[in-house]
Amino acid sequence: MIAAAAPIRAKRVLPGFTLSLGTTLLYLTVVILIPVLALILKGAEIGPARFWAIVTAPRAVAAFQVTITAAVIATVFNAVYGLLMAWVLVRYEFPGKRLLDALMDIPFALPTAVAGLSLTALFSANGWIGAWLEPQGISVVYTIWGIALAMAFTSVPFVVRTVQPVLEDLDPAYEQAARTLGASEVTIFTRVIFPQILPAWLAGCTIAFARSLGEFGAIVFIAGNLPMKTEIAALLAFIRLEEFDYNGASAIALVLLVFALVLLFVSNRLQAWAMRHKGV
Amino acid sequence: MQAATFNPTQTSLVPRLLIGLAVALTLLIVVAPLVYIFARAFGEGWRVYAENLLNPATLHAVWLTTITALIVVPVNIAFGISAAWVVARFRFPGRSLLVTAIEIPFSISPIIAGICYLLLYGRQGLLGPWLADNDLQVMFALPGIVLVTMFVTAPFVAREVLPLMQAQGSDQEQAAVTLGASGWQVFRRVTLPNIKWALLYGAVLCTARAVGEFGGVSVVSGNIRGQTNTLPLHVELLFNDLNATGAFAAASVLTLLALVALVAKTVLEARKAR
Repeated sequence: MIAAAAPIRAKRVLPGFTLSLGTTLLYLTVVILIPVLALILKGAEIGPARFWAIVTAPRAVAAFQVTITAAVIATVFNAVYGLLMAWVLVRYEFPGKRLLDALMDIPFALPTAVAGLSLTALFSANGWIGAWLEPQGISVVYTIWGIALAMAFTSVPFVVRTVQPVLEDLDPAYEQAARTLGASEVTIFTRVIFPQILPAWLAGCTIAFARSLGEFGAIVFIAGNLPMKTEIAALLAFIRLEEFDYNGASAIALVLLVFALVLLFVSNRLQAWAMRHKGV
Repeated sequence: MQAATFNPTQTSLVPRLLIGLAVALTLLIVVAPLVYIFARAFGEGWRVYAENLLNPATLHAVWLTTITALIVVPVNIAFGISAAWVVARFRFPGRSLLVTAIEIPFSISPIIAGICYLLLYGRQGLLGPWLADNDLQVMFALPGIVLVTMFVTAPFVAREVLPLMQAQGSDQEQAAVTLGASGWQVFRRVTLPNIKWALLYGAVLCTARAVGEFGGVSVVSGNIRGQTNTLPLHVELLFNDLNATGAFAAASVLTLLALVALVAKTVLEARKAR
């Protein structure tokens, strides 16, 4: 960390404090804070009784259930797949490793609408993968599994990229000590390595889960968007807007906003825990 | 790096199984969708592909997306530098709150961002009556698209530049000031050369995100065909028109851009590491 003395001296010497603080605050206020405030004001205007009625209406409850269930499925899958990817990319040497590493950035780089379009076509009955799954009686497109698939695609890098650096920085001494003492590889992983990467892994999963709850672009293509069945919360808010029901849209959006902020808080705490873990 | 090569017991079956599983899953989940886009876009031949791309509505969408990125990315760079400078170089009350505020768009769904903007600038919104009186159109027009894209991309440059500036410290800049350099000279001659790769890296990520933004833009654009349709929205529109090949052709442009961004990112990461 930077010594406390340097910045204090910097405050006297370096120019541009007022300009940069002013620009930053102006931008944050205009672009982020005022719009978010507009949503919160709208929520206050609706009033608690109507707010409650909106978010507990059967269609809204079903939408929240679908969203959360699919996000849980996606996160559980990514918890395993992401950990596997991080492990393989850090621990093993093999041809094509750097390419595999780069591929993990594709879900970040690819526009979500493009991902949604491609996954939908790929898993539908005449797509490469769907043509092979449908005869087995497995439908992905227009089911909750499709929603979970779209969520998993868009959020897997969060797990990989959170666990990877921690795994890279692990002190090999503990592992070597355990090995010298005769521990098996499985024991070394579960008793020595896993506890050290646990905070980062949980933080990555939390971020992935938060991202899944808010995902929209990839899902609208694959979900089929059937009310009460495969309609996610973000889409319901969108539909309410198109019906000019701004109260309905705002209430659902506020619930999603609170979810997002709580999860942001949790993942920040987990990351702080991970940092402390690293320091020990 | 403590590679598994140290480890004689794992050179056999387990690593091979794990690597195989990781590669298989990635092929299925990440590579297949990527390849499929091009397979479908070119599925009816080059001629159809070209016709799809040269369709006026598609060209307009490409143009609108380009304009949006050309406005958003430079503004975002200016904001990112300014935010990184004030956070990395000064101590002041509320500093950590400021850092959190910069990160907010990362955790908020773009759909929510779009709704926020509609509640502010829409006809029923807080500023709606005033905008109508002055004959200003923000929603369902370019300004709304630009604003919401600014919201979702706000953290991209700042979060790349800030940690680097913090790690580098301010010794060089202080020396320059002591030697009589003006603020602008310090920035141009000392700060900018030091952060240029991180800055470019952030700009690449910001561009990719700006070009691909879907949820927020779909709320504020109104989806007016040939007018406020950005390229990602146009993909959805073609898909809903049951013109899958056209949708894949438009998507292939976005995919190419994403791949270019990834290559640029990899190159810049290597530069940044030096």
